Amino acid sequence: MTPFMSTLSLIAPEIGLTLGALVLLVGGAVRGERAGNVITWASVGLLVAAAFWGLRSAGTAPAQAFGGALILDQLALFGKTAVLLAAALVLVIGAGFLKIEKIVKYEYAILTLLATLGMMVMVSANDLLTLYVGLELQSLALYVLAAFNRSSLRASEAGLKYFVLGALSSGILLYGISMVYGFAGTTRFEGIAQAAHLDASVGLVIGVVFVLSGLAFKISAVPFHMWTPDVYQGAPTPVTAFFASAPKFAAIILIARLLMGPFADMIGQWQQVVVALSALSMTVGYFGALMQTNIKRLMAYSSIANLGYAMIAVAAGSQRGLEAMLLYMGLYLITTLGVFACILAMRHTEGMAENLDDLSGMSKTRPGLAISLTVLLFSVAGLPPVAGFAGKLYIFLAAVEGGLLWLAIYGAVLSVIGAFYYLRIIKIMWFDEAAPAFIPSDLVLPLTAGAAAFMMLPGAIWLLPALERWTQAASASLF
Amino acid sequence: MTNLPYILSLITFLPLLGALLLVLFRMAARGEDAEVIDRNAPGVALFASLITFALSIYALFAFDMNDSGFQFVEKAEWFGGMSYHMGVDGISLSLIILTTFLMPLCFIASWGVVKKRVTEYMVAFLILESLMVGVFCSLDIVLFYVFFEAGLIPMFLIIGVWGGQNRVYAAYKFFLYTLLGSVLMLIAIVAMILTAGTTDMTALLAYDFPVSMQTWLWLGFFASFAVKMPMWPVHTWLPDAHVQAPTAGSVILAGVLLKMGGYGFIRFSLPMFPDASQTFAPLVFTLSVIAIIYTSLVAFRQTDIKKLIAYSSVAHMGFVTIGIFAMNTIGVQGAMFQMISHGIVSGALFLAVGVIYDRMHTREIAAYGGLAQRMPVYATVFMLFTMANVGLPGTSGFIGEFLTMMGGYLVNSWIAFGAAFGVILSAVYALTLYKKVVYGTITNPKLEDISDMVRREVIVFAPLVVATIVLGIWPSLVTDMTGPAVEALVENIASASGDLGDLATLPTEH
Repeated sequence: MTPFMSTLSLIAPEIGLTLGALVLLVGGAVRGERAGNVITWASVGLLVAAAFWGLRSAGTAPAQAFGGALILDQLALFGKTAVLLAAALVLVIGAGFLKIEKIVKYEYAILTLLATLGMMVMVSANDLLTLYVGLELQSLALYVLAAFNRSSLRASEAGLKYFVLGALSSGILLYGISMVYGFAGTTRFEGIAQAAHLDASVGLVIGVVFVLSGLAFKISAVPFHMWTPDVYQGAPTPVTAFFASAPKFAAIILIARLLMGPFADMIGQWQQVVVALSALSMTVGYFGALMQTNIKRLMAYSSIANLGYAMIAVAAGSQRGLEAMLLYMGLYLITTLGVFACILAMRHTEGMAENLDDLSGMSKTRPGLAISLTVLLFSVAGLPPVAGFAGKLYIFLAAVEGGLLWLAIYGAVLSVIGAFYYLRIIKIMWFDEAAPAFIPSDLVLPLTAGAAAFMMLPGAIWLLPALERWTQAASASLF
Repeated sequence: MTNLPYILSLITFLPLLGALLLVLFRMAARGEDAEVIDRNAPGVALFASLITFALSIYALFAFDMNDSGFQFVEKAEWFGGMSYHMGVDGISLSLIILTTFLMPLCFIASWGVVKKRVTEYMVAFLILESLMVGVFCSLDIVLFYVFFEAGLIPMFLIIGVWGGQNRVYAAYKFFLYTLLGSVLMLIAIVAMILTAGTTDMTALLAYDFPVSMQTWLWLGFFASFAVKMPMWPVHTWLPDAHVQAPTAGSVILAGVLLKMGGYGFIRFSLPMFPDASQTFAPLVFTLSVIAIIYTSLVAFRQTDIKKLIAYSSVAHMGFVTIGIFAMNTIGVQGAMFQMISHGIVSGALFLAVGVIYDRMHTREIAAYGGLAQRMPVYATVFMLFTMANVGLPGTSGFIGEFLTMMGGYLVNSWIAFGAAFGVILSAVYALTLYKKVVYGTITNPKLEDISDMVRREVIVFAPLVVATIVLGIWPSLVTDMTGPAVEALVENIASASGDLGDLATLPTEH
């Protein structure tokens, strides 16, 4: 095989996804809105096929493509698989919502495909420019998705807000990249690592901080979180589910790869920044959630807090830290999608039930859904024996080993506040008198929620060892 | 006697299996079938808990009383270096039997009394039983934490769904208080795992933690166990939780959940951090004596029967902490005995309150009086447990209080003085309560046609009465079981803490 052909075979899933998206786009343009459904399911097929096609390279040695601009190691593979499957699941659980709200448009699925493609490039990036291209592909698709429900004022506001702030952060990121390039003389990660190893000059440090700030926006770390609650609330719920899952996962892998790869030797400089981001995110996320009455806003603050937690592990800067972060985020992905499946299943005749009070007495009207949501919330709260606890434990292990004892204690104490607001939802479901029942939902929603809950509680016995093996292999690729 | 394999796993997970069956049947049932399930759920729960109790009795007979090590050990690797590692010594086995003994009584006591969401109620209790037994069986520190913490979830639901007027507040308070303590313990556990490089408790028990580190680890564990115990001044969740919880919830809370704190001190704090335990012992003694005297006085002022008994629980747990941190054989044996005895006696007292609450729907002391005239059987039973609570010789309460006081006396006579003063105060509040509720003339007209205990209630109390008296006159039933493990523990502390050892070994010569 020629080098070019072997490069192509490395990025076969990406190529397949691109071609598929383009073909579907033409199909949509010709057939119009009638093709909406077909395109959605074709996209799901594409995403799942890409995930399984990518898994061929599981366990193989890392390989580089395009002269080192892209890297395909186990970390990238883990990220890609997770992102692809999450995107596919979001399309599946969101289909019913779009139909009822009468906003079935073929662009929706195609934009999701393109955003996912961007994320795949992000997790594979081995060059600052690849990183930027992937990030922008993802972001531009997401801006449109946020405002996708054109007739909704809130959605338009969300899209605009996301776009303006996102553009600003991209600017900051690009500025940081230019600084790093200026002082390291290259955009390739290996080259930057050498430069950082030899001399961590002030310019490089400033560059790192700017790059980190730009990326922090993507994972909505405090103080770059302002857009999150509004966008989560304003965007159509399936889009919110997507925002909360795949992009966060891809972005934090990108951050970890950047900090533990090229900037590994500058840990003394960036660790304090990450610690600050983490502590602030947990504080704002946990305290901010206390006051919320809208469940989508609550999930926004919850995701801020959870990413803050994951940042503890990143701050440790060790292999154990990376492993803990991946495990935590893997579990976060499953629980978040499960919770959003529950949210999507809650609908009255006059519209979605988004207020916490609408959940009153759900344990009587929808016991199965209530049990699933309870298990998932206990998992997010990190309570044993639910799987989320393992993520928390691993993060504490990484933090204490990395000398971040106080950050771990701070996170542990704040998690009690977090438990308070997850308990509040559980209280509303179990202790309060029943509110009017929801109208029956698509079967796929309670099934998804139930499957996620099953993976968290009895399934954790098998899920955790499997996830641990995988995250171990993935984290080894940077160390 | 040949051993049944996986006996501990059986005891631990059998209730969970019962709970799963109930959940499956309940989910599958529609309409009238659901009512049938609700009607039969207490039977299923009782059956599961009785088999569990039988299995634990079997384990007791198969248990080698002369061995101080862990028995019935099961081990299977899990992930991340953690393992499913179970095993018991005399200390844990006695508490397991206490748990499995109380559980069937709770189900009988709730039979027909709980009317709302019956199946869910039974499921919550069965899950709770599994988790409580798991706490005492675990030999892996992470597994222990998982069981320890997971018990919060069913208890939260039990208080919140089936509790009294102010149940939501009480449920939150219980949950958050305990969780805050536990997360600090989790950090300490994490530090231990990283230092010792293992999650295996047998290895951790053998590991010598540096003295400076022990201090912090001890404090981390203390945060959790002191809340669970509960010790003054972090006891305030307990009266709320007890008052609001349904009767069976109070029984389990007082009977078993509080014992997890004492068990934790004996299993972790003492043997793993012996130096820190020596350093902090005066602190524990001070808090314990304050708890005994202060909460006894507070108990005296209560107008709510359940609250009074709850405060008396705090006082009695003060004896347990004194006994444990006396770190001599008599003290720790006394603490173990006090825990078992208190589990039976306070459980019985809460059940006794439940009996009259079910009839009158009030817990106000003022609403009662003169019960002896209408409920002679009840008055007798209540009398026995009041006396046991006060620590009358011949009841199990006496043995525990006497041994712990003696253990405390060997360390410092003022501790024993404070504790003995608490015993007098306990007589004051307990006898006052008895007088106000049972004696006198009937002033509340509603009491005129109150009925005495029915057969179901007699069945509940009979085993408790027997246990209280038998343990009171034949204490070696418990002390023989806990003895070897306690002696090994005390010796280990003595050898680990060097020159302080003289003090600690002194009592073994008795």
